[in-house]
Amino acid sequence: MTISVSTFVNVGERTNVTGSARFRRLITEGNYADAVAVARQQVECGAQIIDVNMDEGLLDSVEAMTTFLRMIAGEPDVARVPVMIDSSKWEVIEAGLQNVQGKAIVNSISLKEGEEPFLEQARKCLSYGAAVVVMAFDETGQAETADRKFEICERAYRILVDRVGFPPEDIIFDPNIFAVATGIEEHNDYAIAFIEATKRIREGLPGCHVSGGLSNISFSFRGNEPVRRAMHSVFLYHAVRNGMDMGIVNAGQLDIYDDIDPELRDLVEDVILNRRDDSTDRLLEAAEKYRGQGVGAEMTRDLSWREAAVASRLRHALVHGINEFIIEDTEEARLEFDRPLHVIEGPLMEGMNVVGDLFGEGKMFLPQVVKSARVMKQAVAHLIPFMEEEKAAAGEEITSAGKVIMATVKGDVHDIGKNIVGVVLQCNGYEVVDLGVMVPSETILETARKENADIIGLSGLITPSLDEMVFVAQEMERQQIDIPLLIGGATTSPAHTAVKIDPVIDVAPVVHVLDASRAVGVVSKLLSDESEAYAAGVRDDLARIRERRLAARAAKARLPLAKARENAWSTDWQSYTPPAPTFTGVKHFDIPLAELVDYIDWTPFFFTWEIKGTYPSILDDEKKGEVARSLFADAKAMLERLVAENWLQPKGVIGFWPANRDGDDAVLYTDDGREEVLERFYGLRQQAAKTSDNPHVAQFDFLAPVGEGKDYLGGFAVTAGDNPDKSAEFAASQDDYNGIMFSALSDRLAEAAAEWLHEQVRKTHWGYAPGEAYSNVELIGEAYAGIRPAAGYPSQPDHSEKRTLFKLLEASDRVGIALTNSFAMTPASSVSGLYLSHPDSHYFAVGRILTDQVEDYAKRKGWTLAEAERALAPILDEA
Amino acid sequence: MNRQNRVDALRQLARERVLILDGAMGTQIQALGLDEAGYRGERFVDWASPIKGNNDILNLTRPEAIKAIHQAYFEAGADIVETNTFSATTIAQADYNMEGLAAEIAREGARLAREAADEHAVRTGKLSAVAGAIGPTNKTLSISPDVNDPGFRDVGFEVVRQAYYEQAEAMAEFVDFMLIETVFDTLNAKAAIKAVLDLREATGEEIPIMLSGTITDRSGRTLSGQTAEAFWYSIRHAQPWAVGLNCALGADELRPYIAEISRVADTLVLAYPNAGLPNDMGEYDETPEETSAHLQEWAEAGLVNILGGCCGTTPSHIKAIAQASQPARPRHPVTRDRAMRLSGLEPFELIS
Repeated sequence: MTISVSTFVNVGERTNVTGSARFRRLITEGNYADAVAVARQQVECGAQIIDVNMDEGLLDSVEAMTTFLRMIAGEPDVARVPVMIDSSKWEVIEAGLQNVQGKAIVNSISLKEGEEPFLEQARKCLSYGAAVVVMAFDETGQAETADRKFEICERAYRILVDRVGFPPEDIIFDPNIFAVATGIEEHNDYAIAFIEATKRIREGLPGCHVSGGLSNISFSFRGNEPVRRAMHSVFLYHAVRNGMDMGIVNAGQLDIYDDIDPELRDLVEDVILNRRDDSTDRLLEAAEKYRGQGVGAEMTRDLSWREAAVASRLRHALVHGINEFIIEDTEEARLEFDRPLHVIEGPLMEGMNVVGDLFGEGKMFLPQVVKSARVMKQAVAHLIPFMEEEKAAAGEEITSAGKVIMATVKGDVHDIGKNIVGVVLQCNGYEVVDLGVMVPSETILETARKENADIIGLSGLITPSLDEMVFVAQEMERQQIDIPLLIGGATTSPAHTAVKIDPVIDVAPVVHVLDASRAVGVVSKLLSDESEAYAAGVRDDLARIRERRLAARAAKARLPLAKARENAWSTDWQSYTPPAPTFTGVKHFDIPLAELVDYIDWTPFFFTWEIKGTYPSILDDEKKGEVARSLFADAKAMLERLVAENWLQPKGVIGFWPANRDGDDAVLYTDDGREEVLERFYGLRQQAAKTSDNPHVAQFDFLAPVGEGKDYLGGFAVTAGDNPDKSAEFAASQDDYNGIMFSALSDRLAEAAAEWLHEQVRKTHWGYAPGEAYSNVELIGEAYAGIRPAAGYPSQPDHSEKRTLFKLLEASDRVGIALTNSFAMTPASSVSGLYLSHPDSHYFAVGRILTDQVEDYAKRKGWTLAEAERALAPILDEA
Repeated sequence: MNRQNRVDALRQLARERVLILDGAMGTQIQALGLDEAGYRGERFVDWASPIKGNNDILNLTRPEAIKAIHQAYFEAGADIVETNTFSATTIAQADYNMEGLAAEIAREGARLAREAADEHAVRTGKLSAVAGAIGPTNKTLSISPDVNDPGFRDVGFEVVRQAYYEQAEAMAEFVDFMLIETVFDTLNAKAAIKAVLDLREATGEEIPIMLSGTITDRSGRTLSGQTAEAFWYSIRHAQPWAVGLNCALGADELRPYIAEISRVADTLVLAYPNAGLPNDMGEYDETPEETSAHLQEWAEAGLVNILGGCCGTTPSHIKAIAQASQPARPRHPVTRDRAMRLSGLEPFELIS
C-alpha cells in the first residue's frame, strides 16, 4: 500500500480504430508503418500502457490485431510498455494474446453472456498470463447505478478469485463511464455513480484496480474540445481521489485541474457531481463561448500569459510544459538578472516547485510533468555556456569541482527532486552525470567506473525504491566501488539509511541527504580535505541511530498473545452503565476558526521549528528564548491575519455507533438491537513483559464486552482545511519562512479543532460530561474523561483502520477529507480518530508485538501474513 | 517413491541446502566423437538426409551412452538431471526431416533419464529427480526472420504450442518437472507454458514447471529484448517451481541478472551458466575450480537455490559446484507487496 493519489496509470487511447479516425484510416489502408508511429507518439507522451483496438466492421480484426502487435514487437521504444488488448470479440483477444511476449491486459471480459463463458475466458487469460479488465456488465445489462456496479463487480470478483484462482491484483474493474449532460435526467448521476462505485470497489474488493474510458464522459460535447478536456480533467480529479488508478486517455491532452478557467471548471463540476438541477443547461449555454479555443485554432490560442514579466512567463512555461518560447524567455531573463545562475535559482526553480506540488496533489499527471522537466532542461542548457564563459572570464578554469553520478533507481520514475539537486550541484560547479529515471544498478555502477566519478547520488520517492537502494549499496560493496553514496528522496530517512543501507557497505560512506538544500554542503565536505573526518562523523551518527533502535528493541521480553490476553485491562462491567450519546449515526459541522485559537497546543509548534522545549517556559529559555519569542510573535501575527481573513475553513464530522468489545476488536451494530453487525475495528494488544501487575492493554478493553451492556464507540475526522492559493503565494514569492509558518499553523489548528470538537462531544453530543470546565493547559494534559485514539499512532499503529473510519463517517463527502491509498489524509492538516468514553480509558503504546499476534491479526482482518507484516512493520519484534 | 514424493522431498531439501542440477549434455556427447554413422546406428542407416549433430536422436540410436552421461552426473552430485530432449519437438526435428519421430525421441529421452535416476536412487539411497528439457526450438514468435518485413513470422503461436504439447505429453510419464529452458524469445516460452498447462488440465496430472531464460549479452536483455525482471513478469503465471537463467554467459557476466531475478522472484531461483565465454576456437575453458568459485560466492550471497552448468560444463564441474555450494545457506524466496505486475520489454508495476 504505497501508492499515493498521484499514482494514476495512463493507458494510451489513440491506437484504437473505434476512437481515432486517423488510426482507423491507417489500418484500413494497411499503412502499418504510420500506425506504429501513432503508438510511438503515445508512449512518448507518457502513455504507460497502450490500448490496441481493431473492432471495425469492415476489418479482419484478427488479422489486424495480429499484424499490428507483430509490427510493434520490433519497435523497442513502443514495445517497452505493456499492451492492453481491447476487443469485444474473444477471437480477437485470443489472437492478441498469442502475439505479445510481455504480460498484457485483456480488455475486456464480463458476465454479459453468463458465468460459463466468463469462467472459460478467465481461465484462458490465466493460462496465457494476462491481467483482465472486467466490465460492470451482467446477463441483464450494463450497470448504471453505483449499487448495481458494485454488485456486479463483487460477483465477478468472487467468481474470479474463489473459483478460477485469479490473482486479485490482476483484476481491473471498469464500472462503465457513461456520458453525462445528455439532456436526459437519468444520466445526470452517471459520473457520481462511477466515482462512488470506484470507491466501494477499491475499498471492498481487496487488491483490485479500477479503470475506465475517459472520453465517454464528455460524449455530448463532441466537437467542443475545450469543454471536453475540462470535463475529463474534473472527472479524473474526483475519480482518482476515490481510487481510480488507471484510465484510457489521450496521453498528450490532459489539462491541469487548477488551470481550467474557474468559471468553466465550476460549471463542469456542477455537471460531473450533479450539484444542481440546471447544471446541464448552464454548461450548454456557456459551452459555445469556449468552442474553438485552443484546439486546431492557432489563431485564437490564449497568449495573454506572454504579456507578463519574464519570471512569471518562465514559470508559466514550466508548469504548462510549453517550450515554444523558452529559449527567448531564458535569454531575456539572463540579460535581466545579474548572473545566469540567478535565473536558475529564481524563476526556473520556482516553476519546478509548483510542478512538484501540483503533481503531489494529483492535479498534474505524469505526462505533464515529463513535459515540464523537458522545458527545464532546455532552459538550463541555454544558460550553461554563459556560466562557463563567466567562469572563464573570472580566470577560473573550467574544471569541475567534482563529478557526481545521479540516478532515480530502478522501479521509480520520480525525478523532480533529483533534477533539482542536479541543477543545484551544477550551479555550484560540480559536473553532474544524470542517468535519468528507472536506472538499474549495473548501469549506475558501470557509469561511475567509466566516468571516474567522485560521488553517486540515488533518488527515489516510492517505498520499493528503498530496497533498490540497498541493492545498489550491496553491489558497490561487492565490486569494491569506494566512492561516497548519497541517498535522497521522499521516503528515504536517516533511520532506513542507518539500519538497512549503511551496514551492507563498508567500502564507502553513505550519507542521507535530507533535501536539496543540503546537497551542496554534503558534497563539498565529502570532496574536501576533511572528507575522512566528515565521513567518520556520519558513520558514528548512523551507528548511534542503529544502537538506539536496537536498545529500544532489546529492552523488553514479550509474552505470548494468549498470556497477554489473560492479563487484559478490565473493570466491573456489571456495576457500570456506559453513557449513551444523544444520537447515533453521523453529523458534520463547520468549526469557527476564531474559537480554535485558544485551543492551540504551542509546544509541538516549536518542535516543528526544531526549537525543543515546553511552551510557555521556552519563551524564557536562556539560549533559545530570544529566537522562540521572535518566532512566536511572527506566528501570532500571521494567526491574526489568518483568522481575520478566513484563510482556512475548518470542518469536522463525528459519529456514534452502538458497539461492544469482541476479543481484541470492536464490533459496531446498525442499531441498538445489536443484532446486525455494521463494521469492525481491529485492535492490537501490548505484549511487553511487565514487572508490575499492570494490564496488557488493547484499546477496546475500554469498551463493554458483547453481552455486558450497551456501550458506544465514537469516531471523528477534522480538518483545518487548506488554502492552496495562499500556499502558492508564499511559494511563488520564494517566501519559505511564511510558507512553512502557514503549514505549521494549519497543523496546529487541525489539532486544536480536534481538541475543540472532543470537548463539544463530551459536553453536548455524547454529553457524559456536561459540566466539565477545563483550562487549555488541563486539556493538553488530558485531564478529561475518555480518549480519542488515532490510527497510525501508538495505541493502534495500523493506518489501514482509517479506511473503515472514513467509510463510516463519509468523511470525504461530508467534510472533504480524503485518504490516499497509503492512508494519508488530505488536506494534510487533518486529524481523525475514535472516541472512547470510559472514565478510566487512557492512552497507551502497543509497543512491539510477537508473530503470534501478527498471525492472529492477519486472520481477523482477512489478510495474508505478509500483508499484516507490512502494515505492522514498525512494531514487529524482529529480534 | 513417486513424483509427488520426490518433488516434496526436494522442496524440503531446498530449505536446507542448494540443490544441484546437472551440466552440459552436448559437451559430453561431443566427447563421444561420433561420426555420421555413429549417429545413425542401425535404425537410420538409410535415412535420406544427414543427421549428425541431432543429439536427441541418440536417445534412439545410442541409449546406453546417453544413460551413462546421466549416471555420471548423478555420481558427480546432481540431484536433478535434464533429459536429452532439448530439440525433441516436431519443429526442431524438421531440420533432419525427423518431425515424425519427435514424440518417440522425447519419450525415450525421458525414459532413459528416469532409468538412470531410479537406478542411482536404489544404489545410493539418494533423491534422484528428472527434469524434462524443453528447448526454445529454432523459430522465434516475436522476431521476424525477414528484416524487410517486420510483421512476418514463419511460425505462429498455435503451431508452437501444439509442438510443445506433443513433447510434454510424450515425456509426462517419466519426468518429475518440465524444464522450459534457454528461453531467448519469451513468446515461445509462453506457448510452452500454455501447452504444459493445457496438458495439466487434460490429464489432471500436476507436473511442476521450471523456467530458465537466457540473457544473450551484456545488454542485460533476452534476444527478444526483455530485461530479466520483465521476463519474470511475463512467465510468472506458470507459477514455476523455480525460475532462473542459463546459457550464453559465464558466471561472471551472468551475476547481475541472476541477482535481479533473485530479488523479484517469489519462488526458488536456479542458475546454470556456461563454463565462461567461449575462446577463439569456440571452446569453453573455464576449469571446474573457476566456475565453482563464482557459484560458491552466489550461494553464499543467498542469490540461488539450484545450481548447475550449461555449455562447456562437465561432471567435474558439477562435482566442484556441489562441494563448493554445500556449506552455504540457500536463498530464502522473497515476498513482495501485492501489485499488478505487467511487462513489455520492461517491467511495469501498479501497487494494489
